[in-house]
Amino acid sequence: MSDLLLELFSEEIPAGMQARAGEDLKRLVTDGLKSAGLEFASAKNFAGPRRLTLVIEGLADKSPDISDERKGPRVGAPDKAIEGFLRGAGLSSIDEAVVVADEKKGDFYVARIEKPGRPTSDILTEVIPAVIRQFPWPKSQRWGSGALRWVRPLHSILCLFGGKTVGFDVDGIKSGNETRGHRFMAPDAFEVKDFADYEKKLRDAFVILSAGEREEIILNGARVAAGDAKLELVEDTALLAENAGLVEWPVVLSGTFDEEFLSVPPEVIVTAIRKHQKCFSLRDGTSGRLANAFILVSNLMAEDGGKAIIAGNERVIRARLSDAKFFWDQDRKVKLEERLPELEGIIFHEKLGTQAERVERLKKLARELAPLVGAEPEKAERAGALCKADLVTDMVVEFPDLQGLMGRYYAFDQDEAPEVASAIEEHYRPQGPNDAVPENPVAIAVALADKLDTLVGFWAIDEKPTGSKDPYALRRAALGVIRIVLENKLRLGIRHAVRPELAFQISRKYALDALEPFGALHDLISIESFDPAEWMRIFRDAFGDVTADFEKEFSEVFVQTLGGLLSFFHDRLKVYLRDRGARHDLIDAVISEDADDLLMIVARVEALGRFLSTDDGANLLAGVKRATNIIRIEEKKDKRAFDGAPDVALFQQDEEKVLATAIGDASDSAAAAVENEDFEGAMAAMAKLRAPVDAFFDHVTVNADDSALRENRLKLLNRIREATLAVADFSKIEG
Amino acid sequence: MADAKPAPLRPGKSFQDLILVLQQYWAAYGCVLLQPYDMEVGAGTFHPATTLRALGPNPWNAAYVQPSRRPTDGRYGENPNRLQHYYQYQVILKPSPPDIQDLYLKSLYAIGIDPKNHDIRFVEDDWESPTLGAWGLGWEVWCDGMEVSQFTYFQQVGGFDCVPVSGELTYGLERLAMYCQGVDNVYDLNFNGREGADKVTYGDVFLQAEQEYSRHNFEYADTGRLLQHFRDAEAECKALLEAGARGEESLHECVLPAYDQCIKASHIFNLLDARGVISVTERQAYILRVRDLAKACCGAWLQTEAGGGA
Repeated sequence: MSDLLLELFSEEIPAGMQARAGEDLKRLVTDGLKSAGLEFASAKNFAGPRRLTLVIEGLADKSPDISDERKGPRVGAPDKAIEGFLRGAGLSSIDEAVVVADEKKGDFYVARIEKPGRPTSDILTEVIPAVIRQFPWPKSQRWGSGALRWVRPLHSILCLFGGKTVGFDVDGIKSGNETRGHRFMAPDAFEVKDFADYEKKLRDAFVILSAGEREEIILNGARVAAGDAKLELVEDTALLAENAGLVEWPVVLSGTFDEEFLSVPPEVIVTAIRKHQKCFSLRDGTSGRLANAFILVSNLMAEDGGKAIIAGNERVIRARLSDAKFFWDQDRKVKLEERLPELEGIIFHEKLGTQAERVERLKKLARELAPLVGAEPEKAERAGALCKADLVTDMVVEFPDLQGLMGRYYAFDQDEAPEVASAIEEHYRPQGPNDAVPENPVAIAVALADKLDTLVGFWAIDEKPTGSKDPYALRRAALGVIRIVLENKLRLGIRHAVRPELAFQISRKYALDALEPFGALHDLISIESFDPAEWMRIFRDAFGDVTADFEKEFSEVFVQTLGGLLSFFHDRLKVYLRDRGARHDLIDAVISEDADDLLMIVARVEALGRFLSTDDGANLLAGVKRATNIIRIEEKKDKRAFDGAPDVALFQQDEEKVLATAIGDASDSAAAAVENEDFEGAMAAMAKLRAPVDAFFDHVTVNADDSALRENRLKLLNRIREATLAVADFSKIEG
Repeated sequence: MADAKPAPLRPGKSFQDLILVLQQYWAAYGCVLLQPYDMEVGAGTFHPATTLRALGPNPWNAAYVQPSRRPTDGRYGENPNRLQHYYQYQVILKPSPPDIQDLYLKSLYAIGIDPKNHDIRFVEDDWESPTLGAWGLGWEVWCDGMEVSQFTYFQQVGGFDCVPVSGELTYGLERLAMYCQGVDNVYDLNFNGREGADKVTYGDVFLQAEQEYSRHNFEYADTGRLLQHFRDAEAECKALLEAGARGEESLHECVLPAYDQCIKASHIFNLLDARGVISVTERQAYILRVRDLAKACCGAWLQTEAGGGA
């Protein structure tokens, strides 16, 4: 058993690729060793700006011997068969095979393959070069006259096993036992004995090997520096990791900027110095207000103590902040609504028109959704009109991350109603699974309008997500709608809400180039009064001469696309509920093809779950399943269905009569309860079926000899199944 | 009368001395020192000494100053950092030598940046030129948080693989000089290194030009004529490529003049863009038209002697 140390030393690796590359190196090398039969105790990796390092401890010195037997063809088999056998077993002539006697089937050949184990260092000379050549960098390059690809030019390879250099060559780069320290503070090469020696000598040469330790040094240093200035660090884990990927020897320094820049919104300052300069912001611990100071992480212990570095960074940050302040002052000179014409210059999607057209749709959709979500229609419309205007402000052009937020600031500045201003920011929410959903009704209306318009548009042009590809983030948009609806307990028929937009977008391509008159048709539709036939008439009136294809195709495409979009919502809802612990079979049992009220689907799943955990529920489920199974078998046998009402006159036993009556009663009260959205009540009504169903199975023989009697009883069983469909499709429930 | 012996260069005090130090440094390395290309280009990369020479198997080391025009960056002389005309110092080393990072760093030391007191960093920044059909991987180089150069390993130009790979170093001269001189406004740069009455600033040389060209780029340029010029350059480029073609087996005889027309088309497109007459959808189409010219020129270049076609 010995230890392996591998270091791949290159020019600067992008910070964002390092962690993944370290893991890939570990996985690929250890996979290679395992498939060569080599065992090891542990493996760990390190990644930094100029090196990927892998340490494998307790690695076997040699792979195990392998003996294997391979059965071949019988003696005297055709040459073809013999040749194939020799090739497969790796033998050069049939003399190397053994003949095994078999009285019944005749003698046959067997190849005895003895593979002695190989020294690990030999295996390493094959595994490691192969890993290097096929390394899965997200982007890689060639350099000089070579053909090797690496993330940036690869300079040297250190490879030690049991303290000895493992020698190999990858495109002219020979492995060895040397590495280098910090680019500026200790650039010379030095030899290394083993991992402990490597780590220590690197530290002496101003390289902290572990990214975690570099992060820790930065974080502690930044906290201390903040404390010294009586301020608090604005922590940012992504920025911390990025900085740890940019330096081998972190040195934390702090600088300041003019207080006058604090008149710019704090998010702008934080973003400007984070995005361009990778610096941390500081704030006052008590008031929480941003301070005119920042933390920078340098890669150098400067001789002047960092004076020049701080001065340089301060100068760049001053320039960045003057730009930001200039944008802030300039942007506020133009009202948001005055910017709307500029949105005509931004294509939303080639087939879906410009952002300006989109805003027209959002205005209207937000207004129509407003009463359904408890918002004032005028305010929703206003917020819809302004929600994209900040995209053409200088600030958002410079810092796209600030979209929405800047809109809110600029809206406040021009005295919009507070709900309208905050809706401009919140309509992008939720941006991820951990982001909160909007709660202010105006924001809800615009957020729903934004997401539904996106979904409908891309569905209409058939740009749906496939597999891992979802370039327009449509899954996120649908999940956003689901979360907004459920978390705000909104009653919103998805199908109802999207129909007019969908009809409009599907029709777009038939209007050919006449987009302006087509856009005007949008005013003639509404969620409230939409009717597909009416829409066809409107379209025909406007584009009578070019609509032959439209006439033929519209209705079918509309129905299909609507169904597809709804089932996409169902799928996303299932994923959402499953992630929150709901049973997928219960969801399947309550979602019917046209269910479009998300809140009610969830209420049903919950009621069903509670019901099934009761005695009555579990037994009824068993009864329904039994009934369904019997019918299925008999239907198969007779090749016919047993639907239709059973004949009361043919009932012979009390249990039949009681069951028939109970089914009638339960169906009626369940239907009434469902009508009132009282799913508990519907379940309670179903629970009353349990005793009669049990009694029926205990005392009645379904497959009676009299065929009329049998048919009638099967029909009665079928009624049980049908009645329960009012609350759920019990056949989809497991257990 | 001036002394016969030249005065020592002071790159921290004079814009022109900064350029002279870089010229000396790269001349000493063995680069061919070229003069700026005599056409309007958006960046030093457009110089045929980079775009075309990066293609084909022949080694090539060159350095030159290239005035670069970015019509949309005009600010009427009112922005301390942004110019519609500025200088790039461009170095192209083919094949990229293994010690190219060190060579570059030593050029920074030569202009007075002391690595013991300045934090120099290579920060990921991949380069792509949609109009040239070119891309490469590399970094922007930071000095104390300021981007002072662009460093790229060319992978493709004109849609063709670069074999061998060229290393391209682009210094933003004004920015670097502002850093070395410690000034915050580009127009305050000392151009000639003199003080008092003899001092000439960057503003003395270029402020009026920035104002006039901003007017031209944003207001006065005649878009009808520009559109015509674009079509003419495009047609001329294609015609020259066709006139010089002698079939797949023979060398192409007229690539450089055709490439000039491609450069011209690219600059006219930039002007039209600044004039705001190109819509978003058209923009893409124009870029593709220029790229088609660039690709055709690059393909033809590979059929010339310098392009390795012989």
